Amino acid sequence: MIDARGPRWSAGLTSLVLIIALITRSPIVIIVQLVQFGIGAFAGPPKSPYAWLYKKFVQPRLSKTFDSEDIKPPQFAQLVGFVFALTATAGALTHTWLVFTVATAFALFAAFLNSVFGYCLGCKMYLLGVRFRTV
Amino acid sequence: MNSLLIIVLVLMVATGYGILDRKRSGRIKPKVDSRHQIFATEIGGELGEVATVLQFSSAFCTPCRTTRSTLASVILHYPKIKHVEVDAESNLQLVRRLDIRQTPTTLFLNSAGREIARAIGAPKRDQVVDALERI
Repeated sequence: MIDARGPRWSAGLTSLVLIIALITRSPIVIIVQLVQFGIGAFAGPPKSPYAWLYKKFVQPRLSKTFDSEDIKPPQFAQLVGFVFALTATAGALTHTWLVFTVATAFALFAAFLNSVFGYCLGCKMYLLGVRFRTV
Repeated sequence: MNSLLIIVLVLMVATGYGILDRKRSGRIKPKVDSRHQIFATEIGGELGEVATVLQFSSAFCTPCRTTRSTLASVILHYPKIKHVEVDAESNLQLVRRLDIRQTPTTLFLNSAGREIARAIGAPKRDQVVDALERI
């Protein structure tokens, strides 16, 4: 169980980084985000750099009582983000800007929804994925 | 296309979708003449004497927990109604037959196991009470 505000704050920072990536088209910016998603997806959201920032600078300023959530839903969302960021990175490194822009825009869409509305990507996508995979 | 324009567009569409999704989520919709009938053996137990509230959940789903506690706390007041939670992923056949696309999805079944209402997303407590009173 983790502080449910953490992943939402991280999604907010992710949105900001993705906006900067779209404006600058800098491979470094999207790779930074790719690393964040990768650690979140494979080592778990609490081990990610944004989670460290949250715990160090944000959480101490917030209320001590909070909603907790299971680690798996945000971890799934990080994996979805990782796939988009990987596509975007490939686009940026090969100067295929259409691929970069579309992939980054989708990642921004999901991160923004997650941050502002607490949107649960795993709820909507996981079951469809499983149903599709095993048809 | 101008990247600023793309960013504004993505954020606008995400906001619109987020508001709509929040409004729709958890609303209990009555089903008239539903063709879906669920048998006790399919959900590994017995149907409730008067009604059954059948909740489909998955591992990557934060609102599934909320739904579980909402349903469990309401059902306490209705001894002849049963709350059954099943893992969607391990009941794919049933999931396909009932066309469950996301979690949590809650089906309200009458004593014969026929679906009379459905809620996609976490239903609100008073809506659940309302739905159960109508059974």
